[in-house]
Amino acid sequence: MNRIAAIAVHTFKESVREKVLYNLVVFAILMIAAGLILGGVSVGINDIALVNLGLSAISVFGLVIAVFIGISLVWKEIERRTVYNILSKPVARAEFVLGKFLGLVLTLVVNTAIMTAGFYLVLWYEKGTLGAPDLAPLEAVYFILLQLTLIVAVALLFSTISSPVLSAVFTLSLYVIGNLLDDLRSLGAQSGSAALRGLSRALSLVLPDFGAFGDIAPAAHGQLIPGHRILTHSLYAALYATVLVSSTILIFERRELR
Amino acid sequence: MRALETTELTKEYRLGFWPKRRKLALDRLTLAVEQGEVFGLLGPNGAGKTTLLKLLLGLIFPTTGAARILGRPLGDVRVHARIGYLPENPSFYDHLTASEFLNYAGWLCGLDAAARRRRGRDLLEQVGLAESAAVALRRFSKGMVQRLGIAQALVNDPDVVFLDEPMSGLDPLGRREVRDLILDLRRQGKTVFFSTHILPDAETLCDRVAILNHGRLLGLGTVQEILGGSLESIELILHDPAPGVLQALAAFTTASVRTGDRVRLELAPDADVETVLAAALHAGARIISLNPVKASLEDYFLARIKDAVATAAGKGAGGGEAGRA
Repeated sequence: MNRIAAIAVHTFKESVREKVLYNLVVFAILMIAAGLILGGVSVGINDIALVNLGLSAISVFGLVIAVFIGISLVWKEIERRTVYNILSKPVARAEFVLGKFLGLVLTLVVNTAIMTAGFYLVLWYEKGTLGAPDLAPLEAVYFILLQLTLIVAVALLFSTISSPVLSAVFTLSLYVIGNLLDDLRSLGAQSGSAALRGLSRALSLVLPDFGAFGDIAPAAHGQLIPGHRILTHSLYAALYATVLVSSTILIFERRELR
Repeated sequence: MRALETTELTKEYRLGFWPKRRKLALDRLTLAVEQGEVFGLLGPNGAGKTTLLKLLLGLIFPTTGAARILGRPLGDVRVHARIGYLPENPSFYDHLTASEFLNYAGWLCGLDAAARRRRGRDLLEQVGLAESAAVALRRFSKGMVQRLGIAQALVNDPDVVFLDEPMSGLDPLGRREVRDLILDLRRQGKTVFFSTHILPDAETLCDRVAILNHGRLLGLGTVQEILGGSLESIELILHDPAPGVLQALAAFTTASVRTGDRVRLELAPDADVETVLAAALHAGARIISLNPVKASLEDYFLARIKDAVATAAGKGAGGGEAGRA
């Protein structure tokens, strides 16, 4: 556990030192600009627009970090041969993979937390007060984090078997498909072919359902997410991430580090 | 319990995409290293030295055969708590400083924060990087990176230290310091297993050496055992000898070289030294020195590799039979 923590903290530190958190400056500028522009719009609409914009920005910035750091997490250590220094210590390969995964998740949690704080600051400035319905964006942020955790797990898996460019293509493709699973299900249901129906059903069960985490519209209207949905989505994300990270470990344990 | 033993350890790489070519990097290597030994692994580039070290560290996996480090089989990472490893051409994280990196390495070895600080400070002092402790590693020269590599290999005060080309990238002073460090580790009772192609280093430092070429073990033993202790020749150095002196000694001499006012005469290894000296003094020679010349590890190394190449060529000409040296 101690070794996993060491690798996770190192991965987080590496992200910070490599100026990943500079995206926060862009986010801050975006939110301040949004606050200034939306200040002139009527009260009800500007709040909705602000929440939509804030949550979309948190999601997009997180996605970019999760994909583009995730795809090089393991690959860079192998390519630069820094992994030799780690695995020659009493560190199991599984601990290395888990540490890298948790390190990037930690980076995303810190990044998202700072963006969320900035977002609420602008929201408070716009509204003058914050009430219970304003907790809805916080729940949406939690869902975004679950989604980002899954994306990191996908990127990490590809990072152990292919180059960063291919990993980016695979991860982003899976992200797009994972957001269209509802459409895939509908397509299968409407299809006359039993084979197509079965295929769409199988795919929608096997592929990560990113779309289930990305709907920010209810949050913009102050609608809180029911508790059971939070629970099932949390379990789904945890289970799916566990399967992906376990697969990554199995692959990495057999990989030769020449 | 031995520090290290390998049994018929073999590594075959499969190269290319399709069809895959096979390359035998290590061929049924069997050797044992006792605790407290300084053991040198010698061989030209591509001999299989780095492959062997990577196998031992679990970075790659053997095709066949087995190995044990401190009694534990390959793949048991618990034994890594008792070993240190310097990779060939080590590479570290640009965003860290030297002391941060050693702190990280110590953390991975399970040292607590105070021990990490203390150990990091001592090691940086030991490898001559104390003044660069807070410098980002991206600013380090190759020699500094090599020194840091040695420091991180020692962070857990290991019982067995594996060093892959430890002198690489170091200036003469750095090489001297690493030699002293290895001797110091031996004094502390540590086992040092290092690969090198710098033969004088192996002659100076090693209790025993193994010679590898194309993945095959060509020789194994103490330097004395390998060289056999036999004389190659006897060297007689004279100060500005007159032609008459050289004529008087011509019968004993197999070669002569003049350098400035000195002449170096090479005598057969079984030459009667007393007779030669008497003849030289009688002819009026001024003798500077008389030395036995033993075969060097370099001579042995080159001869064995030449033999292996000749054997392989012979086998190739004879129908390409599979075999080993």
